[in-house]
Amino acid sequence: MSAAIDEDAGEKSVSSASAGPVWKHGLYAASAWLLAAIVTIAFPDVVPWGSRDVFVALLVAGAMILAGLAFSVEKLGRFGRGLMHYGPWLIVLGLWFAVWELITAKLGWMPKPFFTPPHGLLHVYIVDWQRILICIAYTARLWTIGFFSGIIVGFIGGVALGWSKNFAYWGMPVLKLIGPVPASAWIPATFFLFPTTFQASLFLVALASGIPVAILTASGVNSVNRSFYDVARTLGASSRYLVLRVAIPAALPHVFVGLFMGLYYSFAVLVVAEMLGAKYGLGWYLQFQTAYSAYANVYAMLIVMALLCSGLVKLLFVARDRLLGWQKGVVQW
Amino acid sequence: MVAFGTTRVAVDNSAGLSVDFHGVSHQYDLDGQPLPVLRQIDLAVAPGEFVALLGPSGCGKSTLLRLAAGLERPSSGEVLANGTIVARPDPSRVLVFQDPTLFPWRTVRDNVAIGPEARGVLPGSQKRIDGALRLVKLEAFASAFPHQLSGGMAQRAALARALINDPRLLLLDEPLGRLDSLTRLTMQEELLALWRQAEYTVILVTHDVEEALLLSGRVIVLTERPARIKAEVAVDLPYPRRRDDPRIVAQRQHILEILGFSA
Ligand SMILES: Nc1ncnc2c1ncn2[C@@H]1O[C@H](COP(=O)(O)OP(=O)(O)O)[C@@H](O)[C@H]1O
Ligand SMILES: [Mg+2]
Repeated sequence: MSAAIDEDAGEKSVSSASAGPVWKHGLYAASAWLLAAIVTIAFPDVVPWGSRDVFVALLVAGAMILAGLAFSVEKLGRFGRGLMHYGPWLIVLGLWFAVWELITAKLGWMPKPFFTPPHGLLHVYIVDWQRILICIAYTARLWTIGFFSGIIVGFIGGVALGWSKNFAYWGMPVLKLIGPVPASAWIPATFFLFPTTFQASLFLVALASGIPVAILTASGVNSVNRSFYDVARTLGASSRYLVLRVAIPAALPHVFVGLFMGLYYSFAVLVVAEMLGAKYGLGWYLQFQTAYSAYANVYAMLIVMALLCSGLVKLLFVARDRLLGWQKGVVQW
Repeated sequence: MVAFGTTRVAVDNSAGLSVDFHGVSHQYDLDGQPLPVLRQIDLAVAPGEFVALLGPSGCGKSTLLRLAAGLERPSSGEVLANGTIVARPDPSRVLVFQDPTLFPWRTVRDNVAIGPEARGVLPGSQKRIDGALRLVKLEAFASAFPHQLSGGMAQRAALARALINDPRLLLLDEPLGRLDSLTRLTMQEELLALWRQAEYTVILVTHDVEEALLLSGRVIVLTERPARIKAEVAVDLPYPRRRDDPRIVAQRQHILEILGFSA
């Protein structure tokens, strides 16, 4: 009944939350985590997954930290407020660990090779972290080179297509023709067109991220209010100024839409390309471990990928907020 | 020329430009059909003069200004500024558009800085930019974005953006058209004050007969599209003028009759 009110207090009025000396959600979360620890340690596993004690230790440590925070959180400023906002999540996380342990490791209700208790995932990180790191490094290299070369070429091409009638005449039909083809459809062709699978994968990632950026940049430059050019020209602007200081900033909102699309497409094609012939890499790891029915490894890697991809999306949002802050109040975010 | 705060740059070429339209006709291309907009315009504007253009909406007033600004070449005839053919835009002939058309991604200050920046003289222009902002009373809003301004403030920012270039010809395209009546009155006074302390030539397009009479030394009345000059009315009255001055009232009546309103 008071959950909603408590949540509200935690989120909005820090003063009223600190009027009560303890952060209640913190205590509940600590209890939930402790409960998960007890469930994990008190009952035997139906089959051993390893790293159980480490997991219990982590849960207990987490519970203790949360309990400590329950009494000190309001002294932590911004971080504290952020933490309090996620109080209900921390509680549910603890409960979810307990239930997850129960139905997988303790009761064995979930089909066995396919489902893993949380400490089974932890075990993967503990045992296989080196290989996971190598895979991340390989993927990071592929993605970074591919994505950035793709968006740079896409952006420059898009500006040229949007700005120059000649470029548009020759380029636009080609772009419109190949643009809608999913990048993954190029896979068979690229793998024999390029000497190495790495180069083929690079090309695919660059293609997947570059095409939406090119299309949206071109349409952005095209849709710039003509009066902006007139204003700049009467004030003495050269063509260079018109492109760099008028067309591009005016088109930037479109460019960012293209960047977000390119980012998502790049993830999609990246993993598929890695599954098809790479040695190392996140996609390769998933493929390889599935072949060995090592599902715990697959899940562990999926979590890593979720964190990496959402981290990159978050970064792009931050970049957009920086560059397009002026749009606040002009359009709905 | 305008004094921007402490930095009054005395350049002798800052005097107003003369503008001559010699048999200027212009037509646009509308879906493949020629659309005649101006027909045989002959008009001479003296250096430092303040001329107002009146005419029905869509008759070609903005087009006339675009020709004077060099944004467009006339289909026939020629436009001369100080005796030289106007072939391209130049910061000495600045057009203030009907909409403020501030760049939404730039702050007010950075909008005002466009001219100096485009001409590559930004580093030496900081004081002038401050001065221009003071002149239009926007110094407190220097770091605001255009969407945070009222219509009048945005129009003043557009004016500052034009004036910072020390124009010798200021082309004003219904710059006060969208403002509420009180802001309009203030802005009219400000425009007049700026022109009187500067020496530039002004061509003002307006749809407000009273505004034309209060500000200008000569009112040019245009016909329906394609526009020709229908009448010229000299306004030989000292500034400041009062809208209830009987001579203004009489001339207003006269011009309304020329425009076809006989109320
Ligand atoms: N770029 C253009 N292309 C085609 N027609 C135009 C263009 N600009 C203006 N026109 C037309 O020319 C006529 C005169 O326009 P304009 O000079 O803006 O009139 P005013 O400013 O007097 O209202 C209008 O009928 C308008 O539709
Ligand atoms: Mg107009």
